[in-house]
Amino acid sequence: MTAAAEKAPPDGTREEVGRARRRKEDARLITGRTQWTDNIQLPGTLHVAFLRSPLAHARIQQVDTAPARGLPGVVAVYSGADFAAEQGSLPCAWPVSDDLVVPDHPPMAVNEVRYVGEAVACVVATDRYKAADALAAIEVDYEPLPAVLDMNEALADGADKVHEAGNKAFTWTFAGGDIDAAFRDAPVVIHRTYVQQRLIPSAMEPRAVVATTDGDTCTLYSATQIPHVLRVMLALTTGIPEHRLRVIAPDVGGGFGSKLQVTAEEVLLLLMTRRLGRPVKWTESRSEGNLTVHHGRDQIQRVKLAADRDGRVRGLSVDLLADMGAYLMLVTPGVPLLGAFMYNGIYKMDAYDFRCTGVFTTKMPTDAYRGAGRPEATYAIERVMDELAAELGIDPIDVRRRNWIAHEEFPYTTIAGLTYDSGHYEAATDRATALFGYADLRAEQARRRQSRDPVQLGIGVSTYTEMCGLAPSRILGSLRYGAGGWEHAEVRMLPTGKVEVVTGSSAHGQGHETAWSQIVADSLGVPFEDVSVLHGDTAVAPKGMDTYGSRSLTIGGMAVLRACEKVKDKARHIAAHLLEASAEDVEYTGGSVRVRGTGAGRTIQENALAVFTAHDLPDGVEPRLDAQATFDPENFSFPHGTHLCAVEVDTETGMSRIRSYVAVDDVGKVVNPLIVEGQVHGGLAQGIGQALFEEAVHDADGNLLTTTLADYLVPSAADLPDFITDRTETPAVSNPLGVKGVGEAGTIASTPAVVNAIVDALRPYGVNDVRMPCSPERVWRALNGGAS
Amino acid sequence: MARITVNVDGIRFEEEVEPRLLLVHLLRDRLGKTGTPIGCDTSNCGACTVLLDGKSAKSCAVLAVQADGCDIATVEGLAAGGRRHPVQTAFHEEHALQCGYCTPGMIMAAIDLLRTDPDPSDEAIREGLEGNLCRCTGYQNIVRAVRRAASIDGPVNGEQAAAREVPA
Ligand code: FES
Ligand code: FES
Repeated sequence: MTAAAEKAPPDGTREEVGRARRRKEDARLITGRTQWTDNIQLPGTLHVAFLRSPLAHARIQQVDTAPARGLPGVVAVYSGADFAAEQGSLPCAWPVSDDLVVPDHPPMAVNEVRYVGEAVACVVATDRYKAADALAAIEVDYEPLPAVLDMNEALADGADKVHEAGNKAFTWTFAGGDIDAAFRDAPVVIHRTYVQQRLIPSAMEPRAVVATTDGDTCTLYSATQIPHVLRVMLALTTGIPEHRLRVIAPDVGGGFGSKLQVTAEEVLLLLMTRRLGRPVKWTESRSEGNLTVHHGRDQIQRVKLAADRDGRVRGLSVDLLADMGAYLMLVTPGVPLLGAFMYNGIYKMDAYDFRCTGVFTTKMPTDAYRGAGRPEATYAIERVMDELAAELGIDPIDVRRRNWIAHEEFPYTTIAGLTYDSGHYEAATDRATALFGYADLRAEQARRRQSRDPVQLGIGVSTYTEMCGLAPSRILGSLRYGAGGWEHAEVRMLPTGKVEVVTGSSAHGQGHETAWSQIVADSLGVPFEDVSVLHGDTAVAPKGMDTYGSRSLTIGGMAVLRACEKVKDKARHIAAHLLEASAEDVEYTGGSVRVRGTGAGRTIQENALAVFTAHDLPDGVEPRLDAQATFDPENFSFPHGTHLCAVEVDTETGMSRIRSYVAVDDVGKVVNPLIVEGQVHGGLAQGIGQALFEEAVHDADGNLLTTTLADYLVPSAADLPDFITDRTETPAVSNPLGVKGVGEAGTIASTPAVVNAIVDALRPYGVNDVRMPCSPERVWRALNGGAS
Repeated sequence: MARITVNVDGIRFEEEVEPRLLLVHLLRDRLGKTGTPIGCDTSNCGACTVLLDGKSAKSCAVLAVQADGCDIATVEGLAAGGRRHPVQTAFHEEHALQCGYCTPGMIMAAIDLLRTDPDPSDEAIREGLEGNLCRCTGYQNIVRAVRRAASIDGPVNGEQAAAREVPA
């Protein structure tokens, strides 16, 4: 039985928080009344198409836009030179180190292109077909330059350069404990190199932008996760004053980090609408998006682990190469460093040493993709813990148990310097092994090994944690991030007693309208149906930090709760006056302010009306029953869990099939189990995608070969199993809701669980690694002695 | 330019179209039927799925001129009578959508799947929806939703949608 089914609401008497409420946002989504950016048809709209570089690296000799100008429907044609004076440089908001090289990044290339897909010109026309037609008439002369594709080669002496300043973007180090002592005389030392292949986030809604101006104010509609951050960044980049710029994220069809960006197209469309005085619109095709939506992962991890013979980990050393691609985008250099604090996972150790080198290559820049640094780190530690278990002949769960932080040791400050506030790894693991039938599957595995069954069974373990709820502003400051980590909310009682909630957290599939309604319904004691949630428009929700890093509930939800508390304070004050009681004698309970010990009371709805009429308010009280709150967390939150995966590997064909998958997650208190389970499912699918199917592949010249969904294998329903999901509930103590966040958990946990299972199946054949994605070919090669 | 007649969700349209115009662009850009989204340019994602004369079709893989004389049912017409189609209800009940971008296509594909196989196994559902990609849900709740819709009494799914269409 699933968590969602258990908690299905049988009646209306339960508290809202914890109920599997069906989502409010579904009504428009299942009937096709959704407002996607591409649906927006403003009168007089012109359509933009971009001409993109076919070369990974070249000098632009000349762009001749003249032949395209007279073509039917063409209104304007621009090259980079036309924007050079005003386009600025796309921002990097995370200057991680003193030695960081931040190359100039013009939204439209002017002198040089550095990845296939970089925009070099564009056509503005009366419809999208005509705009695309006219691209063919633009002539560009390129002088090819050497492509730089391999990180190790890029760092070698005399390597061809991506930028004048060289190919090294930065070096960043962290050291905790005495690493030399940990490795000195260590009885067991394990060295491994893991490759985090480049991924394409592949939100189903392609990016789209509509920009318009009334001559005074510019409005930008964009399929973005970050309308608020975007507004600030666009104001800084284009010089359009912030108060004359409105950014709207209408319904957004998934993001997974890929829409956490300030893109070239957003900047350029703003410039174009200003120039032309008409609305302009651009929607990418999938092939264009695979080239130009920032990519994820792409790291090489050299990992060294020292342990005692009883399996106790002494120390861990990580040397990371992180491919930045050609430029630094919004948080490009920060992504690998989000992992820096997670390589130690849930384990205690004496020393930990981390070094990251950011490397420029002539590829699309990388940036946040679901998990952002933490899946990579978790993969490395969970893979290497399995290697340690294999080396010592200990069960992989036992080796973890010998090292993890025990429940009674929380709060625990890790070797990476984070304080994990809560956790119960024993409970999650016990539950997972029971649901999985761990012992039986191990027995079956032994039988298959014994009988040399051509189909071997592998069991993969992943006991992950992650830092969520990005983030305490002070910590972000110490890491040189360019913004804070707070979130904002406003709660307004309307005259008729209904409630409007304004949130700075910008949902794109997460279900905020539902979850926030549940929180407000409980806090104010109003019906769930009486709450509506507004978001995603800087004119409606003027303050916010948006949605990423599993921060919405832990920070945005907390801001909503705080705003409710302030509303209740006001209601108490006003009602006490109306009830002729002193403020100390009244209490707020069940949606009413009541005088203690008497039957007298006033509902919040009555108070709302009294405030509207304002006929009899206490002196000095403004006629409004609303409040704003901004919440800045003091710590991250640390969801954790135990995932177990059984994979059947056909040793003759290399084919892997997931036979069962158990995910037991501890995300603290749960507001809506239905939504939580959905987040876990989706996360698992993406993590399994990395393990088995997905990879952005380039040829030797730097052309992306996986530009379509036929080549870049986003898993389909037929590729995935049913998941068994369950939860343990160890409330976070770092926020009053006790919540931890769930958006990235499945993705973080599942990749190592699957690969550990495949490697476990192949161990009797002398295999100790398969490079991701573990395609049948790679598995077959690993089995047959070739490089995987 | 070619002159075509199409019936979309029970309304008849006569349009002059370029021969290369895709059906999905006719629906979205010309007829304002933006309930049907576009997710790719290689007919792989299924976001644009509609029913063409009762059978599911990827409207990005059909030219508008090929749809001349056809009945087209989109997600927008399913609840035309004010009552949701059982597949819509099932998607809501089972939380079979998150961002909802794949949902119109997924619902239309599911309706067609149930038309041809009214009581599909989980495996048949997974195989049957293979051409419709979802990046958010991991599919499990979509499979549950289709199974739930299959078990709902009442007009057989798909026929109900077809019944609402006004003959050309
Ligand atoms: S848009 Fe038609 S299949 Fe992708
Ligand atoms: S619900 Fe987002 S793609 Fe399916």
